[in-house]
Amino acid sequence: MAKALIFIQHEQGKVSKGSLVAVSAARQLASAWGCDGLVGVALGAGAKAAATEAAGYGLGTAYFSESPLFEKYRAEPYSRAIALAAREAGASTVLALASSTGKDALPRVAVLLDAAQASDIIGVNGDGSLRRPMYAGNIIADVELAPGTRVVSVRGTAFPPAVKEGSPGAVQELNVSADAELHEQPRFGEILGYEMSKAERPQLSDAEVVVSGGRALGSSDNFEKVIFPLADALGAAVGASRAAVDSGYAPNDWQVGQTGKVVAPKLYIAVGISGAIQHLAGMKDSKVIVAINKDPDAPIFEVADYGLVADLFQVAPELTQAVLGARS
Amino acid sequence: MKILVPVKRVPDWQIKLKLLPDGSNIQTDGIKWIINTFDEIAVEEAIRLKEKGLATEIVLVSVGPADVRQRLEYALAMGADSAILVKHDGPADSDLASRVIAEVFRRGSYSMILMGKQAIDSDSSQTAQLVAARLNLPQACFASKVTIENESAIVTREVDGGLETIKIPMPCVVSTDLRLNEPRYAALPNLMKAKKKPFEEITLDALGVSPDVKVSIKKLSLPETRKAGRKVGSVAELVAALQGEAKVL
Repeated sequence: MAKALIFIQHEQGKVSKGSLVAVSAARQLASAWGCDGLVGVALGAGAKAAATEAAGYGLGTAYFSESPLFEKYRAEPYSRAIALAAREAGASTVLALASSTGKDALPRVAVLLDAAQASDIIGVNGDGSLRRPMYAGNIIADVELAPGTRVVSVRGTAFPPAVKEGSPGAVQELNVSADAELHEQPRFGEILGYEMSKAERPQLSDAEVVVSGGRALGSSDNFEKVIFPLADALGAAVGASRAAVDSGYAPNDWQVGQTGKVVAPKLYIAVGISGAIQHLAGMKDSKVIVAINKDPDAPIFEVADYGLVADLFQVAPELTQAVLGARS
Repeated sequence: MKILVPVKRVPDWQIKLKLLPDGSNIQTDGIKWIINTFDEIAVEEAIRLKEKGLATEIVLVSVGPADVRQRLEYALAMGADSAILVKHDGPADSDLASRVIAEVFRRGSYSMILMGKQAIDSDSSQTAQLVAARLNLPQACFASKVTIENESAIVTREVDGGLETIKIPMPCVVSTDLRLNEPRYAALPNLMKAKKKPFEEITLDALGVSPDVKVSIKKLSLPETRKAGRKVGSVAELVAALQGEAKVL
């Protein structure tokens, strides 16, 4: 019987919430596909701490490597190391969160292991087939993967994060010298730099409250004046529609929708967003949706639990004040 | 420098899709087809690299039925030089597409494969990475900027939380994100001229690629629709509802 391996993504040794979602999906898959237990692998600076933490979530073994090869994420060394860990552990299933890293690395792992891959799954059916969205979430497919090794990326909003259970598993260093090609450094390329958005608010993908602005904001200044105060009053992440991003009012990594991020917070507030299909695909699984729009026929109202037909420039600041009042 | 641009034909994202009664597929009779949005961005980027004198030739490749030719002709009219259509009527997945693209790459002398980060029908976001791994090439996926310097590609990538810039040696695989560029429209006279550009049709068999797929669709269904809630008359009413009924404040 073979194992299911989870690629554990972490920030300086702290396991990401999304990776716990992948652990939870792995448990469902292991039961549907008859795997005999879970294992994990963490890479990069802090990987040992991440593996130790992850081992507490019911993993038999958590592998790690803090080799300089993995200091910065790059597709080739990461995918080779994940495949190496899968072989070492005897894993027939490999999972990861469908983050930008997971999406980038997993198909390479699939080639290295000659595996079939399903992307962005949202459910596991009793017969072992997988549920995944297609056509921007307008259609749900039940897909079957060919027998043999299988690779699966998991949508971060589709499974509950795993909780600690059992006695912690073993933490073991991955023997990276076992793959000679892992040491062909120059071919892997060189990271020249990063330009990260200021992280003064919660991350969009795992925030409990999201406030998003649309084209009706009219400028990036108005985003700052209207959306930021409301988001900060609610402790929320800031999102944007594709129209707002295309108009240059907000950076692309704030984009919620088919071509951006998929979110499912407890509360989603859409301000000045008409509700194009491509945007709805990114937020319709939110628990409670509030829409503020001056057009009473905007499609966003068809999915909103509470709709307020009004001028956003008037009511959004009012809402900010009301939230601050309610909180104090 | 020769660039290979894989292109997928997909249903227009602006149409409302309907399922066949047995859920085996979407209804495709008479629907409007387009070039996958992200692949169109890849075609545009390749043309811009050629206009800057950095690329010399742009070759398109697609896998699909005979009438995919029309979409390839559109991309030729945008400015690509030639096209290869690998004819295949059966089911396809990212794995099959990646084996076709890898084989076409091996038969030419390409410096770069430039393609969309995902197809907007299957939404898998696998093919570019699969091709790179099959050919053992470096990759830079989700590109929002591409420059070329001394046999290397310098690519700014859209990653969670911001941007990353990576330099990879060529030959390499680059996949395009939305913000890379805004594709041009093909002008009508160019559409006529495109019909005269080199166009090769080849079968999977002749290419030596097996039609096997690793992912099969058992059934398609429509997602559960969300019910519209109610309109509130004021901010005060909204806050009261969020606190009282919804309990999210």
